[in-house]
Parts: sequence; structure tokens; C-alpha cells
Amino acid sequence: MKQKLKSYNSQTYLAYALIAPAALYIVLIVAWPLLETIRLSFTNSSLAGEDYVGFENYQKMLSSKKFNGIVTRTFVWMFFSVSLKLIIGLIGAVLLNANLKGRSIFRVLVMPPWVVPIAIGMLGWLWLYNGYFGIIAGVGMRTGILDGPFGFLAYKQSAFISTIIADVWVGTPMVTVFFLAAMQGVPRDLYEAAYCDGASRWDRFFKITLPQITPVIITMSLLSAIWTFNSFEIIWILTEGGPRGATTTLIIDTYKQALGNYKFGRGAARAVVVMILLTLFAGFYLALLARINKKISHE
Amino acid sequence: MNKYNTLEKILIYSGILIFMTFILLPFVEMFYASLRPLDHLFRSPYQFYSDDLSFWAYREMWKTVPMLGRYIFNSFFLASSVAIITLIFVIPAAYSYARFKFPAKNTSLYVLLAINMFSGAVLLIPLYKVLRTFGLLNSYQAMIVPGVAFLIPTSIWLLKSYFEKIPIDLEEAAFVDGASRVQILRHIIAPLSTPGLVVVGIYAFIGAYAQQFLFAITFNQKKEYMPIPSGLYEFIGYQSVKWNEMMAASLVGIAPVLLVFIFLQKYIVEGLTAGAVKN
Repeated sequence: MKQKLKSYNSQTYLAYALIAPAALYIVLIVAWPLLETIRLSFTNSSLAGEDYVGFENYQKMLSSKKFNGIVTRTFVWMFFSVSLKLIIGLIGAVLLNANLKGRSIFRVLVMPPWVVPIAIGMLGWLWLYNGYFGIIAGVGMRTGILDGPFGFLAYKQSAFISTIIADVWVGTPMVTVFFLAAMQGVPRDLYEAAYCDGASRWDRFFKITLPQITPVIITMSLLSAIWTFNSFEIIWILTEGGPRGATTTLIIDTYKQALGNYKFGRGAARAVVVMILLTLFAGFYLALLARINKKISHE
Repeated sequence: MNKYNTLEKILIYSGILIFMTFILLPFVEMFYASLRPLDHLFRSPYQFYSDDLSFWAYREMWKTVPMLGRYIFNSFFLASSVAIITLIFVIPAAYSYARFKFPAKNTSLYVLLAINMFSGAVLLIPLYKVLRTFGLLNSYQAMIVPGVAFLIPTSIWLLKSYFEKIPIDLEEAAFVDGASRVQILRHIIAPLSTPGLVVVGIYAFIGAYAQQFLFAITFNQKKEYMPIPSGLYEFIGYQSVKWNEMMAASLVGIAPVLLVFIFLQKYIVEGLTAGAVKN
């Protein structure tokens, strides 16, 4: 009988056969295009055809001041967006974790920005940011903060900040939900013991909750960083990378080069830079995940 | 544990109020704008009050956006197709990961996670060329084919954790009793994993619904195949946007996903956070 069971659980060929369709699909639609992007980055590929040009695309790209500006801008944009998502998400989770009436409704109400197609949410934000008729400019004018109509997406600095806020709006719900789930996973007896020892609510948060959910905070920071880095639709719909390039991040620049100008080669070189950076993030993330898992299985 | 005193309650509720305002303001304002006449919207500075609110825009939008019905159908059709195709690829793979031990199992699982981190934007150029070569540009497939690829990794992880919850003893007992693999699949695994399949299917549906922009604007120029986001996006560039109708159309377009989500949010959130949190 044991032998029969062994044959049931260790049929490697069957295991591979079951995975094969999904694996082939991913190889064809993700892995091969990744390699093809690398190859294209060494050509001057366009709709007209392609020739091998060696490192020309990279040389041009790296020596251009504009490109360096874009990389810096991407990281600044990302830094503010990710930090805000984490801070607001943590505050939101603490508030919604409080044992008060109505919290289960609030927990559902927090999620729409996450579920709704980003593009549709951004149509809403376009209206909110409208300089003449939007509610934000309206409140500004009525309270006297603004002395006239103000197009939030029309000026470099305000467009930069506005796109960050919209990105935070999209990303915060998921962070909140994960933090909340983590907080609820903290063993209750830890709190009870601390309460008996006379620890204040503040102490309990900083000495129990925060350390207990640190693994989730770290995971979410990295995941948010990756998603924020990849963020395309938000900026594209709000500003298309403008005004005068003020919101052009690496992803937007890649898209513009490749599919706005049909300069596939140049676009591919940018895509490779994106890939390298993403691989670094992903490496960090996976290494961390493996470490956390190991630690837990040892306990 | 100690209860909150009145001051604490007030503080927490005001905090929640501010937080919720940030999250919900765009939706509330979209809805309010959709009810107001256009000449009320086009007053500067912003008027907070309108007296003749109506659902007029919800009737007019079908004229202003002539293909709106088609866009809504397309969104549904695309999201359902992507979800079903994703499930077809994911079910056997997830089962295999949950049940068998084989070389490179963990490595390949992590590779799947890593793939999730590459957004479609990086792969657009070769994908564009592939789709052009196969003559798939400007068709439903142009959006379905890449859409499925980016949902497979997470779906495998999700479904795997559901399969792992089915006690293997059940399967082994049946196997020892002489049941075939197909019988086991039909009579044990299928019924027990239905809740998991539903959650993963809905996850894929919502994910597919949400990602209908990048691939849609890049690989499809034909109006008759456009999903709502890219269909409406076209109207935003116009000189005079009829904002009330645009907002009405947006809300009608997202209502189905929102409803699905609100009814099933408990299961979806549990499923998604389980992996990250319980680990």
C-alpha cells in the first residue's frame, strides 16, 4: 500500500505535465519578450526595419541629461508616493482596527479605489483637478488660498504633486487592508498581558503591534515600491508625462519612445534599464521573503 | 480590554472621517457631478449647491458616447474571457504545486512571483511585434492574450493555497480504494475546491477588468473592441468635455465590478491576505 501511495505522490512527469501549459504561456508571452527586448535594445529597430547598432542606444541614452533627469525624477516620485502610501495606510489600518461601531462598513468602503479600473478613477481625478470648475480649486478659491483658477495639472510642481496624490489614492487601500489583516493576526493574549501590566494604548501599539507586523510592513514597502515604479496609467491619463516632462517617469518615457515615436530600439534600451531596476527590487523582495519564511519555519 | 472614552471615540471617528473623505471623495464627486446640469458644472468658482439634480446625464450619455453599450459589453466580455482562460491554465498548475514534490519546485514558484513584478509596459515592444506578426492587433485577442499572462502567477499562488487546504488523506484513501485520478478529481477535489476556484476566478475577473487600459490603448485602435476605460479616455481629449455625462458613463461602467466586489469582498480579502499575513 505504501508503495502505491508513493507512486501517487511522486509522479514527476505528471507534475510537470500539469504545469507545462501555464509555463509555456508565460515563456511565450513574458519570458521571450523579455529576451527580445534586450536584443532589440542593441538595434535601431523601427517600423521600417532594424540593424544592429551595438551600444549606441545606451550611449545616447546615458549621456543625455534629460534621461538622467528622468531617472532622478522617477525615484523622487516613487519615494514620496510609497512613503505616503505606507504612512496613510498604517494610520488608516490603526483607525479601522479600533473596536468601534461601523468598522466593518468602513473596511469595505476603503477598497473601491483598489478595485475600480485605475483609468476610470483617473477620469474622476481629472475632474477634481480641473482648474476652473473642479472642487479642489473651488475650495481653494472660496477659502482664499487660491486667488483665482488654478490648473493643478498645468504647472510643473503642482502636476508632480497631483500625480503623486492620485497614485497614493490608488495604492493606499491595498496597503491598509494588508496592515489591517496583519494587525488582526497579532495574538490577543499579548495585548491582554500588556494590559494587565498597565501598558498604555500607545505602549501597546509601539511595543506589540508595530514589531509584530514588521514583516508585513517590509513586504508591503517593497511591493508598493515595485508597483509604484511600474505605475503608468495614472500619470498617462492625468498628464501624459507633462507639463514639459515634469511627470515623465521611466515607464512613461519608455512608452513614449517606443510607441509614441515607434523607435523600438531606443524604447527597448529604456525598457532594459527598467528591467534591471525591477530585477534588483524583485531580488530584494524574494530574498527577504525567503528569510522571513525560514525564520518562521524555525520557530 | 479597556473601552474607549468619549474623547478617544471622537478622535478616532474624526480620523476615520478624514481618511474616508480622501478615499471616497472622487467617487462622491463623480456621482454628484453626474447628477448636475452641465451649466452648473461650468461655473467658476465651484458651486457646492445645485437645485435641479436629475438623472438626465444617464440618458444623454448613450447619445454622446454612441458606442457606450458596446464598451460595457466589451469590458465584461474581455474580463470574463481573461478570467476563464486564466483558470484553465492555472488549475492544473496550482494542483501540481500543491500536491507533488519535484525538482525546481520552489525556484519556479519564486520565478512566478518575480514575473509578477514586470509590468506590461516593459514588454510592450516585443508584444506589439508578436501580435502584429500573428495579425492579432486590433482585436479582442490583442487584449486577452497579454492580459492572461499577467494574471497567471498570482492566480497560481492563490489557488495553490486553496488546494493545500484539502486534506491529502482523502485523496490517498480514495486512491488506495482503487479510484482513478480522474474520479478523484471529479468527486473529491472539484467539489472541495469550488470556493477557492470562485475566489480565484473573481480575482482574475476584477484584475482583468482593472487592467483594461494599457493593452487596450496600445494594441487596439478599433472602437468596436474597446473596453470602457479606453473608450471613455478618447472623449477626454475633446475641447468641451461633457463632464456630467462622462462621470455618469464612468460610474455605470464600474458599477458591476463594485457590486461583485462588495458582495464577495470578505472572501477575496481573506484569500489575498492569507498568503502574506499568515506566513
